[in-house]
Amino acid sequence: MSVWREVKQSYFLYSFLRDPLAVASSFCLLILILASFGAPLVAPHNPYDTTTIDIMDAELPPLWHENGDNRFLLGTDSQGRDMLSTMLYGMRVSIIIGLGAVALQGVMGILVGLVAGYKGGQLEALLMRMADVQLSFSTYMVAIFFGALFQAAFGMGMYERFAIPLLIMIIGFAEWPQYARTVRASVMAEKKKEYVEAARVIGLRSSRIMWRHILPNTMTSVLVISTVQVANAIMSEAALSFIGLGMPVTRPSLGSLIKAGFDYIFSGSWWITLFPGIALVLLILSINLLGDWLRDFLNPKLYKE
Amino acid sequence: MNNRDQLLSVKDLSISFKLRRGALTAVNRVSFDLAKGERLGLVGESGAGKSVTGFGILNLVSKPGRITGGSIHFEGRDLTRLSEEELRRIRGNRISMIFQDPMMTLNPVLTIGTQMEETLLAHRNISRREAAAIALDRIRKVAISSPEKRLKQYPHEFSGGMRQRIVIAIALLTSPALIIADEPTTALDVTIQADILELLLHLCESEQMGLILITHDLAVVSQVTDRIAVMYAGMIMETGSTEQIITKPQHPYTRGLLGALPQNIPRGGRLKQIPGVMPSPSSIPPGCPFGDRCLSCEDVCRREVPPLTPKEAGCLAACHLLD
Repeated sequence: MSVWREVKQSYFLYSFLRDPLAVASSFCLLILILASFGAPLVAPHNPYDTTTIDIMDAELPPLWHENGDNRFLLGTDSQGRDMLSTMLYGMRVSIIIGLGAVALQGVMGILVGLVAGYKGGQLEALLMRMADVQLSFSTYMVAIFFGALFQAAFGMGMYERFAIPLLIMIIGFAEWPQYARTVRASVMAEKKKEYVEAARVIGLRSSRIMWRHILPNTMTSVLVISTVQVANAIMSEAALSFIGLGMPVTRPSLGSLIKAGFDYIFSGSWWITLFPGIALVLLILSINLLGDWLRDFLNPKLYKE
Repeated sequence: MNNRDQLLSVKDLSISFKLRRGALTAVNRVSFDLAKGERLGLVGESGAGKSVTGFGILNLVSKPGRITGGSIHFEGRDLTRLSEEELRRIRGNRISMIFQDPMMTLNPVLTIGTQMEETLLAHRNISRREAAAIALDRIRKVAISSPEKRLKQYPHEFSGGMRQRIVIAIALLTSPALIIADEPTTALDVTIQADILELLLHLCESEQMGLILITHDLAVVSQVTDRIAVMYAGMIMETGSTEQIITKPQHPYTRGLLGALPQNIPRGGRLKQIPGVMPSPSSIPPGCPFGDRCLSCEDVCRREVPPLTPKEAGCLAACHLLD
């Protein structure tokens, strides 16, 4: 109970409630997350269950359209799957990949950045040059290369089964230097502060100083880039799916839905590509707006009037 | 002084900073002894090498500085020859340090209790609960009210004077034999300064702890210490009992320092100062480092560095002109 009271009285909640944009975007984000992770309960159909799909229902327009079918609120795609259900399931895949990739990036990047920033010297030079090399490959290049390699080596069947962990690995690997650089920069700044010197004078081991004393003080910047990175990872996944190297159409993400619909856009079935597109924009936008607010909140120098 | 009562013996300690344009000697053949429970004041202007000496004792001079000569015997062991792990066991355990700015020396994201327990757990083989009990006891000793509640709070919830009390409590945790206090009251306002000094003095006396008080404030040293060492340009100029230094200073530099104190100048009179500035470590003149500013400088002072030798007044001083 006392935790709840503390939250209620905190400046964090106060400044959050005073920012309508932050409230709106987190409300939107919350609904999207709840709906997508509760998809098996919320969604009217199960797009993975082929027995319920009828090819005769293919390309039905949304409900309010004159040819609409009242079983399918947002219409159906080219295989007769309910758009709304497929989107909810697809968004779940997108969010899982986004969070997973960021977790991987975070673990690798924080580890490398912390060690490099604290130890310094040749180890730092080596680690940060590795990060520079990694950054000089574009995320898409790395993803396309490994995605294509995996497909060629193990075939499409294996690829479809392991697409989610594979995409998490690829996007996570390609973007870890973002974390490493941010963490290293703030470790370098923290390292010079007197409390670190005091910790050494107290006789603490350097591993303890790194993890217990310096790391928590760098978490502000980690938190802020994490929001940006989640949005980026979801977008990377969507972009990869759009060019056919992301999630397969049998287990679509938002990106692969947009792509699948794109093939039908000239035959007049605009809803197949438009609705997943709107969902993707809403998801990314609310994450980014929330991240912006968090950055402003955590950095008092940027206070708005 | 016999060997049994000796706590710390610093001999010919030199510390230099290796830079691209050559080595700068910040501490030059400094020697002093400290008996158990004795309190020594290390006094001097900014840049005289006081703080570097303090860090040198813990072998924690920040890079590119390092100890280039001399020995530091503490409880029978030479700290300059110990391994990093052996040193870590002494730091915060047998020797504690208190810094100038209590705003900066506490970690902002950990509670006071956590920071205190951590110090104990690093040196003692005890449980977290036992550590918490010791922390509670120590925080009572530094006269902080409602200690149970205070242990759960973060540094920003305390005032400057309170924080320095906490820093002192942390320094006391492991019952060290020696505390090095590097300008512990400079960042505090005058009324709190007196409180903190009194607390420090009281604790040193009751716990039989040695103290090295580094400061530029002669008034502070005279209240607390038994002996004073006056540093100038990395060297000790004069060392003697507090009473002797304050009432009968021998070295021209010490005399100049005391003469510059506002309370030693008649009301309404012009404040005195020592002419010139301290030479930077990169351009210390040959001979006596104070030579250029000394009013009674002679030829011999320009040629030879004066050794620290016993003088008639009962002190040690580095001056050619004193007998």
